Amino acid sequence: MSEHSNGKEVLVRVEGLKKYFPITRGVVIQREVGAVKAVDDVSFTVYRGETLGLVGESGCGKSTTGRTILQLYRPTGGNVFFEDVNLATLKGGPLRRMRRRMQMIFQDPYASLNPRMTVGNIIGEPLEVHGVATGKARRERVQELLALVGLNPYFVNRYPHEFSGGQRQRIGVARALALQPDFIVCDEPISALDVSIQAQVVNLLEDLQNKFGLTYLFIAHDLSMVRHISDRVAVMYLGKIVELTDRVELYERPQHPYTVALLSAVPIPDPIADSQRQRIILEGDVPSPANPPPGCNFSTRCWKAIDICFEQDPPFIDIGGGHYCACHLVK
Amino acid sequence: MATTLLEVKGLETRFFTQDGVVKAVNGISYTLNESETLAIVGESGCGKSVGVMSLMRLIPEPPGKITGGEAMFLGRDLLKMNKEAIRQVRGKEIAMIFQDPMTSLNPVLTIARQITEALELHMGMDHRQATDRAVELLEMVNIPEAAGRINDYPHQFSGGMRQRVMIAMALSCMPQILIADEPTTALDVTIQAQIVELVKRLRDELGMAIIWITHDLGVVAGLAERVVVMYAGFIVEEALVKDLYGSPGHPYTLGLLGSLPRVDMIRNERLTSIEGMPPDLIALPEGCPFAARCTFVLDRCLRDNPPLLSVAPGHKVACWVDVETGREK
Repeated sequence: MSEHSNGKEVLVRVEGLKKYFPITRGVVIQREVGAVKAVDDVSFTVYRGETLGLVGESGCGKSTTGRTILQLYRPTGGNVFFEDVNLATLKGGPLRRMRRRMQMIFQDPYASLNPRMTVGNIIGEPLEVHGVATGKARRERVQELLALVGLNPYFVNRYPHEFSGGQRQRIGVARALALQPDFIVCDEPISALDVSIQAQVVNLLEDLQNKFGLTYLFIAHDLSMVRHISDRVAVMYLGKIVELTDRVELYERPQHPYTVALLSAVPIPDPIADSQRQRIILEGDVPSPANPPPGCNFSTRCWKAIDICFEQDPPFIDIGGGHYCACHLVK
Repeated sequence: MATTLLEVKGLETRFFTQDGVVKAVNGISYTLNESETLAIVGESGCGKSVGVMSLMRLIPEPPGKITGGEAMFLGRDLLKMNKEAIRQVRGKEIAMIFQDPMTSLNPVLTIARQITEALELHMGMDHRQATDRAVELLEMVNIPEAAGRINDYPHQFSGGMRQRVMIAMALSCMPQILIADEPTTALDVTIQAQIVELVKRLRDELGMAIIWITHDLGVVAGLAERVVVMYAGFIVEEALVKDLYGSPGHPYTLGLLGSLPRVDMIRNERLTSIEGMPPDLIALPEGCPFAARCTFVLDRCLRDNPPLLSVAPGHKVACWVDVETGREK
């Protein structure tokens, strides 16, 4: 098993991951006229038992990254190692066997549960697909899972519409846990929920992590929640990771100008602390990933940009102590 | 003493559905002073939107009905006006911006057409004057190359830009009150910061009063002067911003603040979540609507619904319990 120099065990290693979606013209004869570079050369590792937060604004490619790691989208380039197996080259049966070990929790608990299936069938389906349990054993396992996520085990015969948003998200969590995975990609699991319910689901995810030693890739746009739940945090902008480090370092000493601006834009629920902060308001919008600017992707909105930023893409390098940053001005 | 612009008393709105009567707003009272920013905070389904929609008389009837209360705006009761009179107020004296700028702009009309409509209707401008004014308004909300973009359609703008267009439309007739219904919820955090700054600047320049409806206690802290917290159609707390965050008086407010992680510090390892769910508005419990989820609950809470009473100047709380001691007041 691969070990990192700091003694932590690597569970997932992503190397130069790319996912381009083609843009086509024409109805009968489709020509490719360009590509949306949703994920463009992203590399990072996830250690066993940790929570890696992945933050960014909508359209920055954070969800696509999560899905490409799980091979729900096949990557355009690059490798994804799960332990020492390269998922990017696996197909068919071997890939399906690996899938048991990695699961996903989706953002919208209303769209990710089939309204015509009972809760028992939703949670039990992965057990059947992977031949883990059938019949009575399956039913018992489903009830056990329901109890685990804080729902009444007698709910097995109910349908998703009978539950509230927070309860549905618990069903999604139970389904992800059914096959006892090692790695779970949580794709904005709380963004659709009310504040008081968000805290319930986050506490549940943390309890389950402690209990089963789960490893999370926690995708979110809520920087406050990511700070709470993550061990390390990666910040994405327009298909690239611009900064990655542990949570204390990132929030106390952000280096990349985008991270600095993003953090200063988050409102603080305390009028005194909020009024004492220096706020950086970024101009303009995120450029289109189909047509990213030359040089650094952030150069069009960066208030510190110098000539080189408009010409050369900055490398993503370790600036000391596992703090990675991609900026010409940060050395 | 600040002049009162709007005084809402005992507003009550119901929806008569097949499943029963949904008690969406249950006798809420508050005031809005001139050039003041008031935030109404609460979770989905707490009646915060229905409350202001009732003031604007935008509740679909049936199934909805305003069943009680009054809303005095400059000596006139908004709830008793006839349709023609309320149309004169709507968009002119009280304007509104909504959560989702894509669905609240008409996709098949140009921006110019949509902004000039109100100007021609309410201000009696001709087409040319209205178009010139529309360009000015777009410049005021910082839309680059406003004159060139005025004939674009909504889909040609990004989310943040669309919200700017909405603000320009709302401000076209220089309203005295701007009602903003979760205007930044659909936006990214950097764009949210742009919009909040814009609204603050315009508020100071134009001196209008704002009712800002949101579920985000973070945005409120930097924007509003006073806050009203709603739960299950009731106002449970009303306070100045600094009092609400400094010494929250209602267990629900306390729980909400505890369940928010903060970007500027690491708090406790565990968030204090509020267990359970809000009550069903068709079958509201007897007593306090928050009692089933409350950690301070007493016997009395299950019997009587506490009234909204003053605990300090400008600070009102609807709770039988003193949250500092945990005992009955």
